[in-house]
Amino acid sequence: MSDYNFAYLDEQTKRMIRRAILKGLAIPGYQVPFASREMPMPYGWGTGGVQVTAACLTPDDTLKVIDQGADDTTNAVSIRRFFEKTAAVGVTQATSVATVIQTRHRIPEEPLNEDQILVYQVPIPEPLRFLEPRETETRKMHALEEYGLMHVKLFEDISQHGQIATAYAYPVKVEGRYVMDPSPIPRFDNPKMEMSAIQLFGAGREQRIYAIPPYTQVVSLDFDDYPFEASKADGACALCGADHTYLDEVIVDDDGGRMFVCSDTDYCESRRQAGHIGEQGTPYGKDAA
Amino acid sequence: MELTALSGGFENTAHQSATAFRAIMNVMARPGVIETVTGAVPPKGLSTAAGSLLLTLCDPETGVHLAGELDSEPVRDWLTFHTGAPIVAAPQADFALGAWDDLLPLTQYAIGTDQYPDRSATLIVELPALTQSGVTLTGPGIRDSAQLSLPALEPFRLNAALFPLGCDFFFTAGDKIAALPRTTKPEPTPCM
Repeated sequence: MSDYNFAYLDEQTKRMIRRAILKGLAIPGYQVPFASREMPMPYGWGTGGVQVTAACLTPDDTLKVIDQGADDTTNAVSIRRFFEKTAAVGVTQATSVATVIQTRHRIPEEPLNEDQILVYQVPIPEPLRFLEPRETETRKMHALEEYGLMHVKLFEDISQHGQIATAYAYPVKVEGRYVMDPSPIPRFDNPKMEMSAIQLFGAGREQRIYAIPPYTQVVSLDFDDYPFEASKADGACALCGADHTYLDEVIVDDDGGRMFVCSDTDYCESRRQAGHIGEQGTPYGKDAA
Repeated sequence: MELTALSGGFENTAHQSATAFRAIMNVMARPGVIETVTGAVPPKGLSTAAGSLLLTLCDPETGVHLAGELDSEPVRDWLTFHTGAPIVAAPQADFALGAWDDLLPLTQYAIGTDQYPDRSATLIVELPALTQSGVTLTGPGIRDSAQLSLPALEPFRLNAALFPLGCDFFFTAGDKIAALPRTTKPEPTPCM
C-alpha cells in the first residue's frame, strides 16, 4: 500500500478542483478561481498543472509529461516520477500511447485524439495582467468583454517592429467571448488548439483553472491587414530533417556554431526510427557518440 | 436515521471517484455523449449515476437542493452521511437534484455574475431514459452536431442565451449520464 492517497491530493481537494474543471469546461476560456494547495515542489514548476493532473488521473491512465517538448528534462522527469510514486500510473514518452499529457509550454506535434487530455502548466493565466496589474480591473474587463487594450498592445508591436512581435503566449479568443492566455506556448502551436482532445489549464500560484472543450473555436487575435502567422525558425531539424516542426536552436561551440533540432523529442525520435535523417543526424541506433 | 443510509457509498473512494469524474468530465466536455458511472448504491428513487455524481462532487462546501419527490428522508440521510453537503433552498444551491418538472422554474437558480459566471448552479436532472436522439445540439465540444433526449427545448435555449451566465445540466438515467453546458445551442431536429 502506498503511503500517499491516490495521486497525492486528499479527496476534498480533488472534489474542489474537479468542480472548478467542470465550470471551466462549461465557460471556455474563463478563469475559474480555485483554492490552490501547496505542492511538494516550488511555484513555477508546474504546481497548477500537477493539481489538475492529480484531479483527472485514474488508475488506468498512462501519463506523459513534457517540458518545452522534451520528455527528459528535469521538470518533466520529476513530475513523471511524482505520479509514478503517488498514483502508480503507467508512464510513457510516446504521445500516441498517453491518455493524459501534462505539458509545459508546448503542444505535441502529433495530433491528439478524442481519448486524450492535455494539461497545461500556466505561470500567469491573465492575458491582460501585463497591461493592467489590478485584478479588480481585469475582472471587470473580462465581464464587459473590454479587450481593446490587448489590440492596442498588438498594434504597438506593429508600429515598433513592423509586425506582431509576440512570439509566445500569443493571446487567443475562445468561442468568440473570452480572451485567454494559451500559456507560454510558441505561437506556432496556437492553431493546434482547435483539437479533438480536452485541454485543461492549471495555474498554481495564481490559483486559476481554465479549459477548452474539444472542437472549440480558438482564434489568435490579429488585424485584417496584419493576419496572424504561426511562425517558426527557418530551417530543418539537424537530426531528423523535419521542416514542419517547431525547432529549438542549440549553440554547439564558442564560435557561434548552432544547430536546429525538433523541440518535440518523441516526434523527432519516431521520425528517426522511421528512417528520416537530418543534416547532422546518423541512422537511428547508430549514434556517433 | 435508517441503517440503509450508512451503506451504498464508494468502497474505494479515491479510485472510484477518479473513474467517475473522468466520465463526468467527458460528458461535460462533449455534450451529447452518454457515459456510464457507477460505484454508488443510493436509496430508492435516486439513480446510480446521480448518486455517484453526488458522491464525486459534493462535500460540506456545496449546497444541494433536493426537488420534489427526491426531497425525502432516505435521500437526505444518505446524502448527508456520505457527503456532508448541506441541504439548501433552490436559490442557494450549487447542485440541484430532481425530476425535470420538479426542478422548474429554472429562473430560481443561481446563474453566476458578470464577473464570476462560475458561481452558478449545476442541475442534475433524473430522467426515465437517456438516448442520443431528439434535440439537435451544436457548440463547443461537438464536432458537427449531436443529439440528446432532452426533456424540453425552450428552457435550454433561454439558458444558452444567457451565456456566459447560466446553469449547467447533467442528465442521469440508471447508470447513464450526459451533460449540457450553457454553451450548447439546442435546436429542434428537422424532420427527415
